[in-house]
Order: sequence, then C-alpha cells, then structure tokens
Amino acid sequence: MSATQTKRIFIKGNEAIARGALAAGLTCYFGYPITPQNDIPEFLSTELPAVGGQFVQAESEVASANMLLGAAAGGARAMTTSSSPGISLMQEAISYLAGSDLPAVIVNINRGGPGLGDIGTSQGDYFQSTRGGGHGDYRTLVLAPGTCQEAYDMMIEAFDLAFKYRNPVLVLGDAIVGQMKEPVTPWVPETINNYGAEDWCLSGARGREKRLLKSLFLEEGALAGQNIRLQEKYTAMQAEARADVFACDDAELVVVAYGSIGRIVKSSIRRLRAEGHKVGLVRPLTLYPFPAAVLEDLARQGKKFLTIEHNCGQMVEDVRLSIRKYGDSDFHGHMPGNLPGSDDFTDPILARLGR
Amino acid sequence: MSAEQIVFQAPEIMIDRATHYCPGCHHGIAHRLVGEVLTEMGLVDDTLCVGSIGCSVFIYNYLNVDAVEAPHGRAPAVATGLKRARKDKFVFTYQGDGDLASIGMAEIVHAANRGERISVVFVNNTVYGMTGGQMAPTTLIGQKTTTCPGGRCADREGAPIRMSEIIGGLGGTAYCERASLDSVKNIRRAKKAIRKAFEVQQQGIGFGFVELLSGCPTNWRMDAVAANKRITEEMIPYFPLAVFKDVTAEGARECMPEADLSESAGKSAKEVK
Ligand SMILES: Cc1ncc(C[n+]2csc(CCOP(=O)(O)OP(=O)(O)O)c2C)c(N)n1
Ligand code: SF4
Repeated sequence: MSATQTKRIFIKGNEAIARGALAAGLTCYFGYPITPQNDIPEFLSTELPAVGGQFVQAESEVASANMLLGAAAGGARAMTTSSSPGISLMQEAISYLAGSDLPAVIVNINRGGPGLGDIGTSQGDYFQSTRGGGHGDYRTLVLAPGTCQEAYDMMIEAFDLAFKYRNPVLVLGDAIVGQMKEPVTPWVPETINNYGAEDWCLSGARGREKRLLKSLFLEEGALAGQNIRLQEKYTAMQAEARADVFACDDAELVVVAYGSIGRIVKSSIRRLRAEGHKVGLVRPLTLYPFPAAVLEDLARQGKKFLTIEHNCGQMVEDVRLSIRKYGDSDFHGHMPGNLPGSDDFTDPILARLGR
Repeated sequence: MSAEQIVFQAPEIMIDRATHYCPGCHHGIAHRLVGEVLTEMGLVDDTLCVGSIGCSVFIYNYLNVDAVEAPHGRAPAVATGLKRARKDKFVFTYQGDGDLASIGMAEIVHAANRGERISVVFVNNTVYGMTGGQMAPTTLIGQKTTTCPGGRCADREGAPIRMSEIIGGLGGTAYCERASLDSVKNIRRAKKAIRKAFEVQQQGIGFGFVELLSGCPTNWRMDAVAANKRITEEMIPYFPLAVFKDVTAEGARECMPEADLSESAGKSAKEVK
C-alpha cells in the first residue's frame, strides 16, 4: 500500500487507534464510556466532526453496536470501541453484522474479568473474540497489536479487511497497549479500497432494484445456504493469517504469546538469548485466522512449545490444535489482576527448556 | 361511452403480493398507509427502511425500498447509524409494542431525545403477536394473554405503558401523535399523522413518532369485527388519540456551536492525522 508518512509523534495506544481509524477513512463513530479506552471517544469527539464525520455517544454498548450495524448498512466506514463488559453487550449486533455480511470495525481494549473484574490489563477475552462471541456460526477477523505503531497500522488494515470480506473485524488490544505512550509514525493510505460497497449498500432504490440486508432466512434450505457461503468466506480469510516470528531458526523452545504480553516475552527471550539459551518467539498478529501453519512448521522441526498468556489458558488451545500432529504445548498463565514484567517469564521459560 | 377511469389503486411503492398477516390484522393497513404517504411525498427512491422483530419483520417484502433488518428492539439505534451514514435519505423504522416498548425502550427514548432525524411507526396491538400472544408492556389491565392468563393486574405486572405520552415529553421529538386503525375515519386521521411524522424528518426539524392502535384478532381470540370494537371501546379510552407534541411551527433546529473545535476546525482529513 503506498502511503503518505508524516513525522513521528509521541502518543498513547488509544490515540494511535483513533488516528489510525481516521487515516483509514472513518466517517461514523459510536461508543459508550468504559475504562481503559475512553481516550478513543474523547479524541474522536472533536477530531471526527472536524473532518465532516459523525460522532455519537450512544446510550449503551447495545445501542453503539446497533448504530454501527445501521451505518455499515449505509456503506460507511464505521467503528465502535469498548472494553470487555461492553463488548459482551455488543455481541448480538456483531452476530447480526456477520449474518448480514456487513463490514465494521470493533476495538476491544481488553480488561480483567469475569464480571466487572478490574480495569487493569488482561487477555481474558481471547475465546470471546476468536470464537465469534455471539450466537450462531460466525467468525470475526481478529487483529492483536502489541505496540502503539501496530495499533495505528492495524486500524488501517482492519478497515481494509472489513470491506474486503464484508465482515466485522475486531482489533483486540489491552490496557497496556491502550494506555502506554510510544513514538508512532502516522501514515495515510493514498487510496482507500471499498471493494464495491456502493453495489450492495443502502442508498435508495433510484433506478435499480431494491436492496435488502438481513440475516433472517426462513425458507427450507436458505439458512444452510447462507452458512455454507459464510464458511467459504472464513476459509478464504485463512490467507490473512500473520505472525511475528523471532529467533526461531535454531531455537529448541518456541514460546507463543500475543499482544502486549508477546512483547514483554520478547524482552525475556532477548535476555535469555544473551545468556546462550536457544529460545524463540512466535507472536500471532492475527488471532483469527490463527497462524497455525507457522506453528505446525516449527513443530515438524521437533521444537518444544510453551504458550504464555495473561489469562488462565485460552490461546493455548489453538496452539495445541495447530501442532497436534507433531507435539504439544505447555502453558504458563499470568493471572489477570497482576501486571507482569519480563522477569516474570524467564523462570517458566527456563523450566520448559530444561525438560 | 367514456373510457374507464381508475379511481383507486395501490401506490407504486407497494409490491403486489398477498401478505402473510392473519385475516383482520392491521399491519397490512399500516403498511399501506406508510406506502401511500411515501409515494405521495415523492420519497420512493430515497427511502431506507429499518425492519424490526415481530410479525412485521417482513415489511421489506411489501415495500419497494432499500431495507435493513434490526435486532429485537434496536431499530432506532440502527436507524440512527443509517441516517448518520446517509444524511440525505429518508429513514424510518416500523416496530411493534413488544419490540419498542419492552426490549427496545432505551433505544427509542434516546433516539427521540437526541432528536435523530428519523421517523418511527409504532404499531400497538397490546400483545406479542409473533411469539404467540404473550403479555406486552401495553397489555391492558384485565386483558388475558398466555403469560398473564388471569388477566393483567397492575399490582403484579405494572400498568400498561403509554409510549406516545413518554415520547411526546422528550426534547428531541418534533412530532408525536397517537392514531388508530379501528375505523375508516380514524384510518384517514392515521394517514395524516404518519405524514406529519415523516415531514418533520424531511424538514430537518427532529424526531417523528406515530403510534397506531391496532388489532391482533388471532391472539385476542376474536374475529376482525370484534377486534375493531375492542380498540374503540377498550384501547382508545386508555390510549387517547391526540397530538402529544408538534414543534413544526418552530422550524428546523441547529445544534449549538461545538465548543472545542477551534484547533482542528477547517483542517483537512490529512492534516489532522
Ligand atoms: C433478543 C430477542 N428476544 C426475543 C425474540 C423473540 N421475539 C420475536 S417477535 C417477539 C415479539 C414481538 O412483538 P411485537 O413487537 O408486539 O410485534 P407483533 O408481533 O405483535 O407485531 C419476540 C419476543 C427475539 N427475536 N429476539
Ligand atoms: S399474530 Fe396478530 S399481529 Fe401477528 S399477523 Fe396475526 S393478527 Fe397480525
């Protein structure tokens, strides 16, 4: 993608998300306040109207997500952002978006749960994000930034993928990514591809057949047909799987970790490498589709695996599924409610390396 | 002999097909009135319909307009997003009483209060039709349903909610009227009410709301004639036919100037990034 770059700025991950969305051509934003993502709506409440866009503080996350559904039906580049309990409330509308083949971007700045949990960082929403989350057989694309620059870049990618597949795309950050400040180089894509949205969106049936965007399929066999089509779409999406592969070539042990935790683990691995330990890292950048082929390839080479997450064990299931023909993965979970540092991961890595 | 003259026909917006509604159901009349008003207002090519859940979920099968289907109760939120994305189009929702007054209470109140430039057609038949006749928020005291078999009791189930009174009291509402479909005279008035609720959107004045007292002969366990009589004798006394708000005389309203835009105002999209 050719792009115009501008000079580096020092901003929070949340602001990077808001700026990335603007660069991606965001025109409609809907949201409801929840910590730790409030910087996003606060930033957009001035910046989006300033470029002619629509900003609405909704009465709830239920309403935000349904406003998103309406704007998506109108062909707009639309987004909502929230954090864990709010995302739970959005799941019905996300299922409708998926069932009606509509593009939309949803950002989850994951905090601790279950229930009200805490407002600190966590990766407890992995299952909810990668398994659809709402009712029915559907999937959303899931991108997982680990740095502020990735948060910016992935917003542009998220809108592109949403329109490419006519499907909701989730950007799964967490309180660390959202709240830390880092240098970011903003860029604006030169062209924005709407993948022919004007051919299906609602714009008034002037001079053409009326259009209907719906997820109700009652005639015998109709829902089956729709689900077969959706599954074909999810199969096609597998081509988008991506991972950051670090120091794996000669590694005996491959650690799998994503998002901000993947980045902290990278620091642990750098330190262990300096001490001569043969460890590497796979940091999935897409959680759905999961970069299974990358892991399977490493497993075929006989490497050991350790999955590290900031939860009680969720992504480890995908790691195990990916490498099941050749091996297994251990798991180390850092409990949500505790903020980890790179020291926290060296012992678990050494323990697995020694086995 | 003079040539044949057509004195009555379906408006161009209506699709020529038999409806799925029960005999005597008023959804068909309400669809027809909406179709006539849209046609007369010249909105056929510029209308976006938001369907909801309930017997009327198939409204998009009868009107020749672009449409999207909303989850149960959420049509006002979906319409908000759609109108924000397509500001130059006419956007309306069509919702039953279970949909609008129960699960969708928050969305209707807040869309009205924000003064969204959308219009809402609210069909009040005092019962959940599609799911088989359960109690609705609008079910009358003493009315028997499958989930209040002894008759609704205010102490136990609360009093029936009067939506037009609520919507009429909200700041963003530009027009709010309750009409009825029980007689020819009332149907004529209902059409005028729909037109007013649609016009305030076209004029950019604010939120338009029209409530239509309607019959559900099937779940009321009555024939069509008795259902009409029930509306006249039991519903209208509790749900009075009236205009609850009309600010058309005040004309289009603008937002207060936004306070904090000075820094970025006037900059292009690229500069802001
Ligand atoms: C979230 C959700 N809850 C419940 C339902 C089931 N449901 C379908 S129609 C309906 C009632 C609709 O009643 P009303 O709005 O009064 O419309 P009517 O059928 O009387 O026209 C309900 C509860 C649903 N579709 N979605
Ligand atoms: S159940 Fe009631 S509301 Fe539904 S179609 Fe029949 S009469 Fe109409």
